Amino acid sequence: MLHEPAMRAGTDHAAGFKTRLGLKMFGFYSLFYAGFVAINLIAPRSMEATIVAGLNFAVVYGFGLIVLALVMALIYSHSCGRQEAALNGSQDGSCDPIAGEDSTGAPRRTGS
Amino acid sequence: MTITIFLLFVASVLFLSFYLGRRVKSSGGYYAAGGQIHWGVNGVAFAGDYLSAASFLGICGMIATAGYDGFLYSIGFLAGWVVALFVVAEPLKRMGKYTLADAVDLRFDSRAIKLAAAVGTLIISICYLIPQMVGAGVLIEPLLNLPHYVGVISVGAVVIAIVATAGMTSTTYVQFIKGALLIVFSFALVIAVCVRGISTTPDQGGDVPFYEYGTALVSELGGSVVGDPVAAGGLDFVKVTTSGRDSWWLEVEPGLLREIQWETRTADGQRLVNGEPEVLGVNELRQVGGVVSIAGRSGPQADTGPISPFRMLALLSDRETLVQLWKTARIEDGQDIVTVHYPTLVAGNELMRPGMLFRVEGSILEKLDFLSLMLALFLGTAALPHILIRYYTVPSPAAARKSTIVAIAAIGTFYILTLFMGLGAMLNQTINPLTDNMSAPLLAKSFGPFLFAAISAIAFATVLGTVAGLIVAASGAVAHDIMDRFAGLRLTEKAKVRAGKLAAVGVGVVAIVLGILFRGMNVSFLVGLAFAIAASANLPSILAIIFWRKTTWQGITASMVVGVTSAVVLILLSPTMWPKYGLLAQDAPFPLMNPGIVSIPLSFLTIIVVSLLTWKAPSAPEAVAAREPDARKLAVAGGS
Repeated sequence: MLHEPAMRAGTDHAAGFKTRLGLKMFGFYSLFYAGFVAINLIAPRSMEATIVAGLNFAVVYGFGLIVLALVMALIYSHSCGRQEAALNGSQDGSCDPIAGEDSTGAPRRTGS
Repeated sequence: MTITIFLLFVASVLFLSFYLGRRVKSSGGYYAAGGQIHWGVNGVAFAGDYLSAASFLGICGMIATAGYDGFLYSIGFLAGWVVALFVVAEPLKRMGKYTLADAVDLRFDSRAIKLAAAVGTLIISICYLIPQMVGAGVLIEPLLNLPHYVGVISVGAVVIAIVATAGMTSTTYVQFIKGALLIVFSFALVIAVCVRGISTTPDQGGDVPFYEYGTALVSELGGSVVGDPVAAGGLDFVKVTTSGRDSWWLEVEPGLLREIQWETRTADGQRLVNGEPEVLGVNELRQVGGVVSIAGRSGPQADTGPISPFRMLALLSDRETLVQLWKTARIEDGQDIVTVHYPTLVAGNELMRPGMLFRVEGSILEKLDFLSLMLALFLGTAALPHILIRYYTVPSPAAARKSTIVAIAAIGTFYILTLFMGLGAMLNQTINPLTDNMSAPLLAKSFGPFLFAAISAIAFATVLGTVAGLIVAASGAVAHDIMDRFAGLRLTEKAKVRAGKLAAVGVGVVAIVLGILFRGMNVSFLVGLAFAIAASANLPSILAIIFWRKTTWQGITASMVVGVTSAVVLILLSPTMWPKYGLLAQDAPFPLMNPGIVSIPLSFLTIIVVSLLTWKAPSAPEAVAAREPDARKLAVAGGS
């Protein structure tokens, strides 16, 4: 079973939605990450401030970055799965790599 | 018992590998495990692949010796998965087959891209391999009492056996087992640390008596100071002769000396530890670390007993908590070379925020260095060849997405645990002053032989799993990209697998040699550099091929070449490498230790400029063809 060819996929009408959602979530997380880096560069001593339960800002923000990544990943997966079910009629994301694909459709050019 | 458990574990891994290897006949099976791995298994295998020696040994060691700064690597390594999930995972799964070159070359069929991508993959893989092999040697030394190079060769041999037998299939299951065990046993270790609590007189569960480093006046030592104080590491050290025996001390203030540890390499090649010949198990450097004051309290009454993880962090963040961070400096004493190991006291509020290692309050250049590191860690994950090829082992883009989420959950959990393991090693004085990479296994050793054996075996498997993934990626670059597609050798399925196996042996041998040469460097730091190279070489091309229609094969090729070249050259010209050439670090032509802030934007700029210069609007038939499925793309999706 492990060495059979990959399964042929169906059309993915949700590709556009997933791309847009992914980019938005990436942008949001990037801002949160950039904020962490910026605070460390601009006001590093503020990271010493106790925020909650004796934990300082550095620990809370650091753990927050890790936990936020997981929460956003779950939201993203749930949204994509729901959209795939609605548009493709399957939960497993079966898709065709070409139809509905808006990212690799440029003409093939011959290289060197 | 330690060695038995360890050897049993390695034997089990090899058995699994040979068992699975019997079933691999096709190149699809060898390079991508047939594209039929379940997303849950693949997700944990992602964790097993990604949580390398850098994550386990390096980060824990760095946290143990530099506090929160080591945790920055955990944050950056995990944040990088956001880029992988939201931007790269599904498109790459749709476009690729076995290697990164398959994906970025999909629209062009360019020999230049194939070659650039393959060479880039090889360089990144080898840079990433070095710290893994260094970590392997570090593990074997205390576990089996064997020299560092034996550890490196052992790992190399086992990994070559794994990869050369079954390629990605066995690699996947080795990574799955290792990833799962790593998280479970790390949890166990953190629980043990919390149950033991914090003490200013740690004795490793009664196994190692607490050693208190004394302070004395010169007159109290009954000896005499030899010569003038010697400056090293910004402090003064003095040599005292007492009854014909020399000892080295840290001069706290004139006449007042603090006890330290030191090694002497004599002119005739003898190695002395604290003035006596080194004898394993009898006269070795004592493990270091320790907390002097817990929120202003010290002595037995300050012991916390069992505490919660959050309480531990709160106490360590207190400005009245004082911890000992040990530093090292070299002194020339006539024809002898003396290496002194001495404690510095750091307050908790400084320990638990960035600043001990990365000088965020320093000069502009030091701030830029920090920014450069965080940028490379964030952007590097989604560009690592051995991570990218794991997207080809699952059957669909949705499975790629789901496996990435499992990976984020597993990896995120582990990275939170690293903070407690690193701090636990510091609190329990289980840091080897010669290499911080062993902090986590030595912490486990302080809880008894079983946990030590289990953690060491898992750490060894950590190296195995990651090295195996890297060698699969590198062998794919050589056999599939260069030999089959670039050189046009048109290999049969069987020949392609054989070529991959031979390439695996070759890359493995190179890794062994480099692992021996780079002994002693922190493995996380080395991996941070590999991230910078990967982000510079691959990420601009990956993003451009996914999102920008005007991308050309010339742009991709130029970006890959400029990215990898600039990153590698800047590292070679950096303060990290300059001392290795026998020169002063401050004289290095490139002033930053991390090149990403220059090389990543440069690579992006290159692909934009070159693509705009070489792009031509498609003719009508080409535009129509671009909107319709073609046989090749379907074949790629089908993995045939």
